[in-house]
Amino acid sequence: MNKDFTQVGRSVPRKDGPLKVKGEAIYTGDMVLPRMAYGKIKRSPYAHAIIKKIDYSKALEMPGVLAVVTGDEAPKKWGIVPQTANEVALAVGKVRFYNEGVAAVAAIDEETAEAALDLIEVEYEPLPVLTDPFESMKRANEVCIHEDAPDNILHAGDQLFGDPDKAFAECTYVLEREFHTSYVNHAFLEPHTSLASYDTQSGQLQLWSSTQVPHYLHTQLSIVLEMPMSKIRVTVPAVGGGFGGKGEASPADFCAALLSRKIGRPVRVAFERSEVFATNKGRHPCHMKMKIGLDKDGYIQAVDFDNTLDGGAYAGWGIVVMFYTASMIHLPYKVPNARANVRRVYTNKPTCGAMRGLGGVQPRYAMECMLDEMAEMIGISPYELKMKNAVESGYRSVSNLHVPHTEYRKCLQTAAERSGYLEKHGKLPFGKGIGLAGGYYISGTAYTLYQSYKPHTTVLIRVDTEGGATVHCAAADIGQGCNTVMAQMAAEALGIRYEDVHVVSGDTELGTFDLGSFASRLTYASGVAIKDAAKQINDKLFEVAAGMVGCRADQLEVKDCRFYSKFEPKKTIEWAKVVDVYTNSVGTLTGLGHFSPPRLKGIDLTRGKRVQGANIGHSPTFGFSCQIWEVDVDLETGKIRVDKVTEAGDCGQAVNPMSVDGQVEGSILFAMGQALYEEMKVAPDGKIINASLHDYKVPTAMELPEIDTTIVDSYDPTAPFGVKESGEGPVQPTIPAITNAIYDAIGVRFTDLPITPEKVLKALKEKQENQKSEGR
Amino acid sequence: MKQLIELTINNRVYEVPVSPKDLLADVIRDKVGLTGTKKGCGQGDCGACTVLIDGNPVLSCLTLAIACQGRKITTIEGLVAEDGQLHPIQQAYVDHGAVQCGFCTPGMILTSKALLDRNPKPSEEEIKRGISGNICRCTGYKKIVEAIFAAGETISTEGVK
Ligand code: FES
Ligand code: FES
Repeated sequence: MNKDFTQVGRSVPRKDGPLKVKGEAIYTGDMVLPRMAYGKIKRSPYAHAIIKKIDYSKALEMPGVLAVVTGDEAPKKWGIVPQTANEVALAVGKVRFYNEGVAAVAAIDEETAEAALDLIEVEYEPLPVLTDPFESMKRANEVCIHEDAPDNILHAGDQLFGDPDKAFAECTYVLEREFHTSYVNHAFLEPHTSLASYDTQSGQLQLWSSTQVPHYLHTQLSIVLEMPMSKIRVTVPAVGGGFGGKGEASPADFCAALLSRKIGRPVRVAFERSEVFATNKGRHPCHMKMKIGLDKDGYIQAVDFDNTLDGGAYAGWGIVVMFYTASMIHLPYKVPNARANVRRVYTNKPTCGAMRGLGGVQPRYAMECMLDEMAEMIGISPYELKMKNAVESGYRSVSNLHVPHTEYRKCLQTAAERSGYLEKHGKLPFGKGIGLAGGYYISGTAYTLYQSYKPHTTVLIRVDTEGGATVHCAAADIGQGCNTVMAQMAAEALGIRYEDVHVVSGDTELGTFDLGSFASRLTYASGVAIKDAAKQINDKLFEVAAGMVGCRADQLEVKDCRFYSKFEPKKTIEWAKVVDVYTNSVGTLTGLGHFSPPRLKGIDLTRGKRVQGANIGHSPTFGFSCQIWEVDVDLETGKIRVDKVTEAGDCGQAVNPMSVDGQVEGSILFAMGQALYEEMKVAPDGKIINASLHDYKVPTAMELPEIDTTIVDSYDPTAPFGVKESGEGPVQPTIPAITNAIYDAIGVRFTDLPITPEKVLKALKEKQENQKSEGR
Repeated sequence: MKQLIELTINNRVYEVPVSPKDLLADVIRDKVGLTGTKKGCGQGDCGACTVLIDGNPVLSCLTLAIACQGRKITTIEGLVAEDGQLHPIQQAYVDHGAVQCGFCTPGMILTSKALLDRNPKPSEEEIKRGISGNICRCTGYKKIVEAIFAAGETISTEGVK
């Protein structure tokens, strides 16, 4: 039931498209300022060691070297989650992962800075290295990574809803499985880059950074530099992708800022690709046990989930990701009883963090594969089992997640019909298979990472003769296209054209407050604020227009850049003329809108108690999708060729369908990488042995399968313009859909990632041997 | 150690002081100031630094600047027509949504150009093969393939100056 929109729902090219194809878009690394110096970071050759001494006197003597900083000069701990903040700009006293930064140099050029690194002498006392989370827990009494975590566990959580044990006892079908996911990196194309310029006269710091979260970066800089936020301005130039990896501050930011403050000159720090891997913050490897119980008719009665997350060296987003994995088992199927026991463990590896679809991808893999297997136990199609258990609009989970609107069943149905799933599943020749999986993700988020209930997004719309309509919001367009989408929504609300709306974003000084680009929150959040702000503008302009055309203000509507009387359409006047009159008499017109997500959902207000599972995972709405993958397994080489992917998604009202398709297609290849190719390999000493895009294989165009996507008809009446998310939901079904397809092809269920040709060959061989021995 | 060399970039001759080990990508970006050429890895793995040398796609992060004297270098900035019109490939990338973060885009477009110059009507398979050295982490390549296909059509029906 799409509304009668003209600007929302249009496939317009993105605002910055022309600049980007001309090579004129400016990324942080393209900027050069007068007297700019170059910063480089000295990194640890040990994954776990005490720093006994750092001597950089020789480096300072080198001609061209301007300054060196070490961790001792900025010991304040920062962290994206303040309650678990335990990171420092540069290591203080101890390094906890291989290639952790220990000092930074500024020099007149990059070569000099690089050369100076070799002159910094660091004395280490190596400590035992823990690269496996189970070993880390076991040996915690003898090797401790953080003093305040004597068991080497950042945090553990237990949640219990209903009575799963009783429910399991009554179930007809019960299945228990273990799954392991791999250690993967975002591999965005632009390495982290930061340019800081500190003015010694005013004490003002300006930082340009390739970040997703200008606001969080702003607060973290304020902590580490011990400067008030009002003395720091963060600006986001074009950003070459993030996928969560730029969802917290990077050492590049801190080092650029510290060095710049020290020498009173601009300093740019641009990471090498190896440093992107070294600082990681990618997806948590999860070691999961899941148990699902179904009654005799196939309805889910209970889910038991145990998850050990390998967190790497520091906290980062860890606690959030951990609780998300627990939360994510409650949808998109009705689960009346559930238990989750989760823990996030420290290891001496680059820290894990937020990565596209955080916390959802791993449990989804387990659950969708298991339901596939359970459908077989019952003797029905996985499609039928999933349809049967799918949530409906208005559903509230036992964990209090509220789904105001869903078209999940429509997604399943559309993908099944378009792919011919029911006709093909279980009937293709050996080696060929088809697999189905569903998924969902939060949209809009309900939680700040610190205890503050200020609005999460504020939008200022300015209307005047000079600029027409300008939307101000410090959101970050990292390539996902939020500037375009905000312009479309503002145009819709103001009754003008997308092309005529300017967007000022990505700047903590010019833009109004926004939390940042993560958790698929922006379209929803900015949509609410835009509607709110636009209404204030319209109310004022209606008054003026009413006088100009001679009718009552409440009889007017604005559309296609004109005001009309609803009852006498001949009474009409151009939008720009009304703005002219308004500006010439009153001056610039502004509207200020806010978005505060529904809060306190997790708090029992009457008794003032926290409800378990509170907040994390709560969201004003959710996006849903289904993917069906068709694969061809080469029985000789073990290689998996993907023939076709059929996707159907419920992203609510698509603001820009072309951009939604782009998000979906990008998600499909992104998650396919984790399913089939990608894994950071860590040596026993903690060194990453494939820290390059040559050895860490991401999908290329050669891996592009035929992709058929459908945006199912959907409109969430509780959401601004009916929107939901489309940037992270579509990564959820990919891994289990491929895995299920491989099972359909060769009868093997893979429970650890990535599913490489070696693993396929080994499994095929084992299967053959088993069959032989059974035959005997 | 530095010597002055002449580089012909986008039909203009630049005199630049380089040392023998200076890489073309760095010289183009830092000395000539054409920052449209991107660096995603500096190791020849991602394709973001692709430029055309005598019409062939080359990874400028692996190429010595000094070796490019007397050759015709084209960077992304050289594709726009004199009158400011986008090249049909650039236009197709915009229209087909083949650009997200844009960091792979300059290299991807130049690779596309070399491909279409050789064969304005490539098959889907030929396009995929042609751009397989360029990583795009955002788009999933589908819209890039579509854009190249569409640009090929435009070029072969309308021609380009
Ligand atoms: S920067 Fe040259 S290939 Fe990546
Ligand atoms: S558009 Fe971001 S890497 Fe291609």
